[in-house]
Amino acid sequence: MPRVLAATSFLFKGIRASPLRSRIVMNSNHQSNYKLSKTEKKLLRKQIKARHTLLRHEGIETVSYATQSLIVANGGLGNQVSRNQLLPVLEKCGSVDALLMPPNKPYSCVRYKTVEESKKAYDTLNGKEIVDDLGQKIILYLNFVEKAQWKELGLQALPPGLKVIEEIISSEDEKMLLESVNWTEDTDNQNFQKSLKHRRVKHFGYEFHYENNNVDRDKPLPGGLPDVCESILEKWLKEGFIKHKPDQLTINQYEPGHGIPAHIDTHSAFEDEIVSLSLGSEIVMDFKHPDGMTVPVMLPCRSLLVMTGESRYLWTHGITPRKFDTVQASKGHKSGIITSDVEDLTLNKRGIRTSFTFRKVRQTPCNCSYPLVCDSQMKETPASFPESDKEALQLEQDYVHRVYEEIARHFSSTRHTPWPHIVEFLKALPSGSLVADIGCGNGKYLGINKELYMIGCDHSQNLVDICRERQYQAFVCDALAVPIRSGSCDACISIAVIHHFATVERRVAALQELVRLLRPGGKALIYVWAMEQEYNKKKSKYLRENRTNQGRKEEISNDTSVQELLVKQLPNVGNQDSAHSVSSINDFQDGGCNSRNVANSKLPIHTNRTSFHSQDLLVPWHFKGTPGKDKRVEPFGPLGSCDPGPVFHRYYHVFCEGELEAACRTLSNISILQSYYDQGNWCVILQKV
Amino acid sequence: MRLLTHNLLSSHVRGVGPRGFPLRLQATEVRINPVEFNPDFIVRMIPKVEWAALLEAADNLHLIEVPKEPIQGYEHNEEFLRKMHHVLLEVEVLEGTLQCPESGRVFPISRGIPNMLLSDEETET
Repeated sequence: MPRVLAATSFLFKGIRASPLRSRIVMNSNHQSNYKLSKTEKKLLRKQIKARHTLLRHEGIETVSYATQSLIVANGGLGNQVSRNQLLPVLEKCGSVDALLMPPNKPYSCVRYKTVEESKKAYDTLNGKEIVDDLGQKIILYLNFVEKAQWKELGLQALPPGLKVIEEIISSEDEKMLLESVNWTEDTDNQNFQKSLKHRRVKHFGYEFHYENNNVDRDKPLPGGLPDVCESILEKWLKEGFIKHKPDQLTINQYEPGHGIPAHIDTHSAFEDEIVSLSLGSEIVMDFKHPDGMTVPVMLPCRSLLVMTGESRYLWTHGITPRKFDTVQASKGHKSGIITSDVEDLTLNKRGIRTSFTFRKVRQTPCNCSYPLVCDSQMKETPASFPESDKEALQLEQDYVHRVYEEIARHFSSTRHTPWPHIVEFLKALPSGSLVADIGCGNGKYLGINKELYMIGCDHSQNLVDICRERQYQAFVCDALAVPIRSGSCDACISIAVIHHFATVERRVAALQELVRLLRPGGKALIYVWAMEQEYNKKKSKYLRENRTNQGRKEEISNDTSVQELLVKQLPNVGNQDSAHSVSSINDFQDGGCNSRNVANSKLPIHTNRTSFHSQDLLVPWHFKGTPGKDKRVEPFGPLGSCDPGPVFHRYYHVFCEGELEAACRTLSNISILQSYYDQGNWCVILQKV
Repeated sequence: MRLLTHNLLSSHVRGVGPRGFPLRLQATEVRINPVEFNPDFIVRMIPKVEWAALLEAADNLHLIEVPKEPIQGYEHNEEFLRKMHHVLLEVEVLEGTLQCPESGRVFPISRGIPNMLLSDEETET
């Protein structure tokens, strides 16, 4: 799947030259032979380090003999080195056949016409200092590679419903519009203006409230839209560029380094068509589909971006705060997608961009065909106790399967210690037993006993992927329909799985399915979470680990509305704000989360590391991405300190004492060998008769 | 997915029952993954194997030298056990499909992972 990562410089941390260090290098050239060889040694060390980094992080294998192609570490777009800086340096050593500069990578790949030229570059440019686009010194390290190649990310198309119309206004009109914006005037009551952390913003027609990401329909601002806009909008309407006359205008000004988090404009606030005029400077805007696909789109100066349909309702858009954009190097290319043609990419320095975003305030609830990201439609389906099998299925889909898929990597990183009693059960099984782990998660039990043949399955593809990376046998399936032939297993385990089923019928069906897999005499071990987190006057490990700041967690669990939960469960739509704003910045600075007034969930939200007050509940998961491992990339560094990260909620039915045993007793062909309490869990070992 | 794993898998499309076995295996990418030979382990696996299903799968992968049936005294026949070790544990299907012999439903195998998820309509509830 194509993805664009935020610019990385971590790969070659420590290689970037400090002015001091480079001075030492230069001076040493005039000193004794001993010093010189020390410098050479250092160069060699750095070069080898670059080689290792390339192999480890990028899978690029370098070779020790001369070839036509070289990898130039530190000479990449991700390092603020642009094509027109690097190419002349490389061409001094010979004629360059191709220069591949992959987006956001701190290296590039050059192919010379002959091995001799490439060898010359290797000898003369290794350790060479060049100045990057920010004026900082960078040292190049070169290594030979067999082939200059870069995996193409595939052809991309604009998101459906999106258009970019170039040169929609004249330079004169552009100048006039820019001059009409008075950023300094005193705006006590009128034309709400604010300097946000990452940009300046001004509203006309209606004030946009960043607290709830909506407008107050009943309180239009006096004066409406600026007169200068009226005639321009009339013209666009007449020429068919837009279909509706907007009544709200937001002017944003972005300096180089500014940005706006990925967001979808609140469905209930605005009509379908949203248009944005780019003035002053071009910029690259990133569009993201919930599946994770990212499409960077160039918005040239004086162009109009028109978002309708899917691109307006389903895709997020945002501007990464950075000083340079990766853009197409070829002259003819102006607007549209930045392709992944690595032979044609370079960096473009950002200027001050002012955008005029026109929208039409919606008077009726949104009825789009994307209910999962639609705030109007989500109010009608809060997470509630399921009344039917169908509702249970939906609840599990939204609050179990989807969540695990999203949090898989982070979840897995917290699940490394096998529980001792489960290890004991697996170690006690006879050699050569066939064992199925139904709901195996990251596979932490699949390798416990090498004398068994263990297979694992889970509903989450991302968790099963982790099992495969660990070389285990695993597949994706539902625990109510396990694709293993009946009576084939000597043992089964079901650890922390049955409590995710939302009705008693479904929990019993899951147990029945486990028993079906067993041969007569085969055993199953079942663990579920217990309602009782204090047993025999002893607090469970879960309660004992309550060391974190309770205040913050309570605030999150109480204020996080169901509406936000649903948005957050969608991959990559899950930014802190689902509307046109930087609400995450404002809200967390003000010390509180969004407090939207939406229908409260009928299922209570649990406070982590406290006793349970209900058997059916939602348990918050505070997501933390692991850099470089999760597909989610958080480009807003400064937010990190105050941003608690998205919260996901998983549905649980916690079991009361005797409940699991009673459920097992409804099955006809089993006997219960053991029933016990283990660290906040109810556990049963049963045998098929 | 190893062939021993395949030997355990069965289709679970609604109403198929025991006729969902064995799943028809087609592979576009197979890898041989060396595994340490453990004769005792293989001896214990032999009686659990559905032989016809194994032969059909091995045939679909064009594997040669797969014993047609467990031979007498296989417990002490290293040559036989090594062949079985190879077929059951070392042959990994990375890309391909599994097809339900009864309903015709096709399940994809991608990066060694069979995806056996069914839609709500296809499952028995």
